[in-house]
Amino acid sequence: MIWTNIRRVSTAGAKNFARSGSVSFATVLIMTVTLGIIGALIFLSALLNYTLTGIRNKVDVSVYFVTTATTENITSLQHRLEQLPQVSEVTYTSREKALTEFRARHANDQLTLQALDELGGNPLDASLAIKAKDPSQYESIVDFLNTGPALSSSGTSIIDRINYAQNKSVINRLSLAITATQKVGIAVVLIFALASIIIAFATVRLAIYTSRDEIAVMRLVGASNAYIRWPFVMTGVLSGIVSAIIVLVLFLPVTWYVGHVTTLWFGGFDFFAYYRSHIWALSGALLGSGIVLGGVASFLAIRRYLTT
Amino acid sequence: MIYFEKVSKMYDGDSVPALEDVTLSVEPKEFISIVGHSGAGKTTLLKMLLAEERPTKGTIFFESINVHELPSSALYHYRRKIGMVFQDFRLIPHKTAYENIAFAMEAAGRTDEEIASDVPHILELVDLADKASHFPRQLSGGEQQRVAIGRAIINQPEVIVADEPTGNLDPINTFEIVEILKKINELGTTIIITTHNKGVVDAVNRRVITMDRGRVVRDDEKGQYVL
Repeated sequence: MIWTNIRRVSTAGAKNFARSGSVSFATVLIMTVTLGIIGALIFLSALLNYTLTGIRNKVDVSVYFVTTATTENITSLQHRLEQLPQVSEVTYTSREKALTEFRARHANDQLTLQALDELGGNPLDASLAIKAKDPSQYESIVDFLNTGPALSSSGTSIIDRINYAQNKSVINRLSLAITATQKVGIAVVLIFALASIIIAFATVRLAIYTSRDEIAVMRLVGASNAYIRWPFVMTGVLSGIVSAIIVLVLFLPVTWYVGHVTTLWFGGFDFFAYYRSHIWALSGALLGSGIVLGGVASFLAIRRYLTT
Repeated sequence: MIYFEKVSKMYDGDSVPALEDVTLSVEPKEFISIVGHSGAGKTTLLKMLLAEERPTKGTIFFESINVHELPSSALYHYRRKIGMVFQDFRLIPHKTAYENIAFAMEAAGRTDEEIASDVPHILELVDLADKASHFPRQLSGGEQQRVAIGRAIINQPEVIVADEPTGNLDPINTFEIVEILKKINELGTTIIITTHNKGVVDAVNRRVITMDRGRVVRDDEKGQYVL
């Protein structure tokens, strides 16, 4: 009997959806807009994360070593730094590599290259570029370098200088800005999502309001509350699924076009690439939201017609 | 089988009661016509029986069930004992004639096999076998009312309650509906209708209860329409 009822409820819900054309159309339209907004918010937060990560990656602290420091001394310090929990990456640049990069960077600047040649030898220091997992953690990494003695075999410090002091205020401000942007971003996402969900709820309530006479008849014919309710919930769920599919399909050309036009503006973030690589997660999120939205809204909306 | 005991109903804000001190009983297999002017209390009386309204005073029994002591969770079960027909048909607009009748069976938890065998039978009884897949909007008033009667009798209720079943119909359709109701009554179902159509009362030619301003003023076996 349970299977019979599930089948009957599903069939009734599907027929109800197909046959109440204009009401279903209006519901799907509004839910498509709602899910479209939710989908757009997913893309925007991905863009925000991408941009913030990009900014974070530009921040690092470089440690320059005295010219007498050996490669072994430096690599042993590198290993110890990599052990630190707050460090995400340490990159070693040897004196020779620093010189090559310097020459490449100033390839169009004959004056500087001439000056370099006249100096003779290699005036540049070897260095370690350290990236923290979070910008607020640079302070503690620098403290570690200052207290944890990085000594050569002769007992003197091999560290020449750390470029943290001059970067400190910029790093701190950036770190604050990133946190603030994330908070504002989450707030904006929540407000928009909430507003669109409320609109979708109101539409589903209207759709069920148009069926109130029908519900009254079903009650008089002797249908139990559950038997009246579930086909409507099913219709709501179907509206959600159809809307989610429409949104997913629409996102294909939209992200392609937007990605095409804006990838350069957004420092390499490609909407279309994100759409393709996250298609399953996006489908899950949109279908899930659609099903929950349609189902819950119908369930709540029909409750008032079943109480008396 | 149905007993109204000193039932009164006063709607909020009204100064005159809709029903006043109504006592009457209905025996099995009766065909009762309740007549009276608009506002006489006919529909209120039926609503009491269906537990759509509560009496202000008095009690209503259906067999041994005190109707207004039923919890709301048991109401749908109780209502399956009564088939209902309304002046405005009240079909479900996006279900076909077949589905409207089948819905009452589905709601009562009947099996697919029972539905597949009973519904065509009933459609034939109300002479709509060829319009099974029509939606209500594609049917005439008389046809819609016949679907409604089919829906009312499909679960073999003990009583059919019809509130002005011919109120929206022309004389020919009215006559057809009365004939169908008489046939159902002959098969053993109690029928209670309200009407202010003299032709209907005379054609039925059975017990007539006349109401006026909430009171029963006449109750005649084999009565005629007297107002």
